[in-house]
Amino acid sequence: MAAKEELKLLGVDVSPFAIRAHMAVVIKGVSCEYVVEDLSNKSELLLSSNPVYKKVPVLIHNGKPICESLVIVQYVDEIFSGDGVPSILPTDPYERAIARFWAAYVDDKFFPVLRGIVLALTEQERVEKATETLAAIEPLEEAFAMCSKGKAFFSGDSIGYVDLALGSLLVWIEAIRRMYNIEIISASKTPRLSAWAERFGESAAAKEVLPEVDKAVQFGKMLEAAASAAAASK
Amino acid sequence: MAEKGVKVFGMWASPMAIRVEWALRLKGVEYEYVDEDLGNKSEALLRYNPVTKKIPVLVHDGKPIAESTIIVEYIDETSKDGYPLMPVDPYERAQARFWARFAEDKCNAALYPIFVTTGEAQRKVVHEAQQCLKTLETALKGKKFFGGDSVGYLDIIVGWFAHWLPVIEEVSGASVVTDEELPLMKAWFDRFLAVDMIKAALPDRDRLLALNKARREQLVSSA
Repeated sequence: MAAKEELKLLGVDVSPFAIRAHMAVVIKGVSCEYVVEDLSNKSELLLSSNPVYKKVPVLIHNGKPICESLVIVQYVDEIFSGDGVPSILPTDPYERAIARFWAAYVDDKFFPVLRGIVLALTEQERVEKATETLAAIEPLEEAFAMCSKGKAFFSGDSIGYVDLALGSLLVWIEAIRRMYNIEIISASKTPRLSAWAERFGESAAAKEVLPEVDKAVQFGKMLEAAASAAAASK
Repeated sequence: MAEKGVKVFGMWASPMAIRVEWALRLKGVEYEYVDEDLGNKSEALLRYNPVTKKIPVLVHDGKPIAESTIIVEYIDETSKDGYPLMPVDPYERAQARFWARFAEDKCNAALYPIFVTTGEAQRKVVHEAQQCLKTLETALKGKKFFGGDSVGYLDIIVGWFAHWLPVIEEVSGASVVTDEELPLMKAWFDRFLAVDMIKAALPDRDRLLALNKARREQLVSSA
């Protein structure tokens, strides 16, 4: 690593996307300034670093911004590598493609319906989204067996790309359980993911980065309120 | 007996499938193309991609990979000595991946409504799509291609616009990529389509026009 590497990460504690980027940096053991944004009053730095989306997370490396959580994670993996540095993506191209596939699946198929549980305007809609989420987690339960090959994480012995993609949502999965009594991951229905979730939470990086579930519950209640207010004003 | 070689499961009119073909052709990799009937998917496709059941799927020595953007990176990583698709610099790579994601998430979603609307509603969505494409256009910033002096990953991912958009415009009666609104993008369309490897894989324009005309009639009448 070069002598003068300046890393700054703009994020919000409860954002799964910021959690991924933050954990990636922690896993690499590099020093990074973590800046907590107030989403209702976004900083000039955030707005100028991510003019396209104006969202967190943004990684600023030696003054240059990188946006989109999975893009950040891959960038961090590529920049900080070498002897003794843990890898986030596999080295084998086929395994990399499989890891990318499942991370994209989490973002494109799983996350939207999970979020839909919180944003639902009616109980019926909530139940629909919950059903869709439970269906969407099943392939991930199968994928875990295939990817982990009997080891602790999707990536093997240590947390990797898919672990970050899905693990960053665990705080929200638990928040949803507390808010609505809906269990997305359970020992009975998704035993592999249930055990993996515990291991993920016990990891040093997760312990350093993951917020208290209650923070997510509070944020969830705010999202609920905002969603109904928006619907009412239409 | 182990399966050897490269197979692409695609569909002749699919912009996602063509990305894979462009990547393979630029690398000089020979492949077998399987044209799927999306209304009656083959057993092989469903076996190779049980999760999303979509094309394109690349099968390399019997091992399947789905998702076109992921397939293109895989092709680049497994043919390291061939034509370089991804930028060499990690920061440039991050930018290319960012813009590919933007194009997929925002531009595609902004273009579809043009296809299914008419009149005032269409004028509104055309304007929104143009804003989206203008944002993407900033990534060209004075370069011949998104990849610099030659075609790269991002050109491959968004390149379908160059061939498909004029067809969509004709079918929908809309003007989206014009010299006035998107001069850089329009110029890039021409340069991109002039590249031999790109030209070689384009679906027949008339056939594409006919297919999309029929689909639009169907969609607009049921709206």
